[in-house]
Amino acid sequence: MSKRKVKDVHRPIGECITQVQQILRERFCHQQLPDRPEGLEAQYKHLLELLRRSAIQGESNSVLIVGPRGAGKTMLLQCVLRDLLQEKEAQKNLLQVHLNGLLQTDDRIALKEITRQLNLENVVGDKVFGSFAENLAFLLEALKKGDRSSSRPVLFVLDEFDLFAHHKNQTLLYNLFDVSQSAQTPVAVVGVTCRLDVLELLEKRVKSRFSHRQIHLLSSFGFSEYLQTVRTQLSLPDDFTDRGFAQDWNSSIQTLCEDKSVEEALQRHFNSSKDFRSLHMLLMLCLSRVSVSKPSIKPADLLDASRLCLCDAKANMLHGLSILELCLIIAMKHLNDVYEGEPFNLQMVHNEFKKFLQRKSNSMYNFEQPVVMKAFEHLQQLELIRPVDGSSAKTQREFQLMRLMLDHSQIMEALQKYPQCPTDVKQWAMSAFG
Amino acid sequence: MTALLQHPGYDEEKLRRVAEQLPCREVQAGLLLSLMGEPQQYSYPSIFIYGHRASGKSHVLHVLLKELELHHATVSCVECVSVALLFEQVLLSFFGCDAASLLPRSPSLSDFVRIYRQQPVTMETSSHQTVVLNPVVEDNVTVILLSEIVWDKFRPNTGCFEPLLLHFPDYSKGELQQILSQDRHPSYSAEFYSSYINILLGVFYSVCRDLRELRHLAALNFSKFCEPLEEGKVKETDTHKLWRNIEPHLKKAMQTVYLREVSSLQWEQMQLMEEKEAGALRGLSAHTHVELPFYSKFLLIAAYLASYNPARTDKRFFLKHHGKIRKTNFLKKNEKTSNHLLGPKPFPLDRLLAIFYSVVDSRVAPTASIFSQISSLVTLQLLTQVSHDDQLDAPKYKCAVSLDFICAISRTVNFDIVKYLYDFL
Repeated sequence: MSKRKVKDVHRPIGECITQVQQILRERFCHQQLPDRPEGLEAQYKHLLELLRRSAIQGESNSVLIVGPRGAGKTMLLQCVLRDLLQEKEAQKNLLQVHLNGLLQTDDRIALKEITRQLNLENVVGDKVFGSFAENLAFLLEALKKGDRSSSRPVLFVLDEFDLFAHHKNQTLLYNLFDVSQSAQTPVAVVGVTCRLDVLELLEKRVKSRFSHRQIHLLSSFGFSEYLQTVRTQLSLPDDFTDRGFAQDWNSSIQTLCEDKSVEEALQRHFNSSKDFRSLHMLLMLCLSRVSVSKPSIKPADLLDASRLCLCDAKANMLHGLSILELCLIIAMKHLNDVYEGEPFNLQMVHNEFKKFLQRKSNSMYNFEQPVVMKAFEHLQQLELIRPVDGSSAKTQREFQLMRLMLDHSQIMEALQKYPQCPTDVKQWAMSAFG
Repeated sequence: MTALLQHPGYDEEKLRRVAEQLPCREVQAGLLLSLMGEPQQYSYPSIFIYGHRASGKSHVLHVLLKELELHHATVSCVECVSVALLFEQVLLSFFGCDAASLLPRSPSLSDFVRIYRQQPVTMETSSHQTVVLNPVVEDNVTVILLSEIVWDKFRPNTGCFEPLLLHFPDYSKGELQQILSQDRHPSYSAEFYSSYINILLGVFYSVCRDLRELRHLAALNFSKFCEPLEEGKVKETDTHKLWRNIEPHLKKAMQTVYLREVSSLQWEQMQLMEEKEAGALRGLSAHTHVELPFYSKFLLIAAYLASYNPARTDKRFFLKHHGKIRKTNFLKKNEKTSNHLLGPKPFPLDRLLAIFYSVVDSRVAPTASIFSQISSLVTLQLLTQVSHDDQLDAPKYKCAVSLDFICAISRTVNFDIVKYLYDFL
């Protein structure tokens, strides 16, 4: 046996970059399933065991997967299903029905969807059923094969489970859990939800039929694990075509993660939200800067991306206002200071603005009332001010009471960044009263 | 021009064409392009673009999607008043009318997703101001949301798939100048037009930064600007004289066309007329539109006094022999309690008539014609009825006119209203 050294394949840099983008984009944008979910071994084992018992041994079960958004609930479920279906018996027998609370907003629609997913539309035909329970029983009966005494197990996956609890009488949930408790058909009901208090939403009769089995995904990892995750998410796999390039890339990612400023930025992100989705958003922004002329991710990229993610949207909008609108906002701030947050109307704001013009200003022109009204309405359109709930129909527009939806610090910060702000306007803003 | 738009997956020529159509927006276009990636790669499923009106959001997106021939569907949520219209438009743009006809009569989101999944894979969709659909499809679809309002206001309370937020900053004064100078008139030089834009921006920039409005104003007023040039009075380089000619005109435009008090057609016609003939331009809320009969004017004046004077001061103003009003510290005028800032207060019919009789000099009999004039004032929306329609015996009203209007009216009847107003004591 001759030992042949595998030649290192060197591809042109353009192709390498394209491939890197392809791989990483699939990871961040397409929610590609990892081989094993990290940090969730116990939950994985538990769920796999449960579903295996349902699929192979015909046991009826119900379970809820609970965790905040982006914690990896759907990912866990998909991994378990993928691994379960690798067993021949499960693949042959198990029927799956996937429902989503956002799509199936009604029990009737949900039933139609179940019928469709079980491919029983022909069987049902034009039959009219007296109740939901009858319909569901008919469907499950129809799944019984001719030569077998038991029918095939059905797995019901309910995404956004808490939305199903808002349907009328919770009929779908009641019937599903009822079937899972009685011995008619082996049914596994898996609910996925982001609300921790989901059990409070269930009616008493539904709750009693539920097995009270919950799997919690409460992202309990620390910052060092978070950093490790960043590193693995950005690294290229071993089977990359150009080994040299992959090694260079991975070592540059290593140095990136060891950089102090990057660590600080990631700490800020970690403190605000631990979930994977926001991490993917951040890394996606970094990835979008990778190109042939810049084939690696530098610390500056991550810092820029972090700044983009954490910027204040309202402050950005304040930057684009005209100077008249900005003066109106400063007048509103003064009114809020003097009258401690009581609502104001256009006349009051205009009055305050006129006081400023008389006293201090030499850069602002005294605009007519309709022009000021138009500026005020523009601010209302941007929802920077909102009308107080009341009889808005009966009052004239100038006298309608409004509240300012901006914070004191937001206005001051926006003033600092405002381009070519006249100094007397700035001083007026800084002064405490009037 | 530096070719900032470069991307491996797209043709150089196409990108150059795109860059030409998007002045001052290369950075944002580049960012969008790099996020979308090459046509066959995945892009982030949900992007939220926010920025002021006319900051180029839909324009950039439209140009990018059209020139680079990416499969897309554009939906305007202002047009789609029901979800069925939204679904139909999306399916129509992506898959043609066969797919759109598959939708049942009142389709739910479930039906839409089902039909969508049955069709072959496609690329991008963009929609304005809609709440996130949270697409459950696993294809390479990106939903791009465009809005003036920030994302924080849209977020549902249990959360959702957070979109990537992109801000389109407003144009700076220099950028506005650059863009506006692009639609210059062919028969005049570029410097001449940019000096015109400079003057226009000098008048309007502190009030309005909306590119669309400024373009409209520039187009309307350019002929007036060129007038002295055509008449031979000045040369192109005499900027000071040109400025003196156009500046009062622009100030007038701010009070009329900018506020849409007069239509653009009326404005153009006015420009064509000689200065002496033009006279006062009648706007929509001009006082001269409304000609009221004599007693109606006094009724309106009485209504204004009833709305803006507190009831306890009536004695002082309208009785011949009134007692002293004690001015305590509490009554000292505080700005906040000035009725002209708070708005008109409702008053009963009896009070209106009482003030009316004391204000009108001659003796007036309470005939039906007086009462019918009150109802016609309500119809004209100069008074508003505050009480319910069912209450016939004690109706309440509010006066809905401004101080300028009532001063103009009272001048026509030689009545000095300011003397009778409590706020101006």
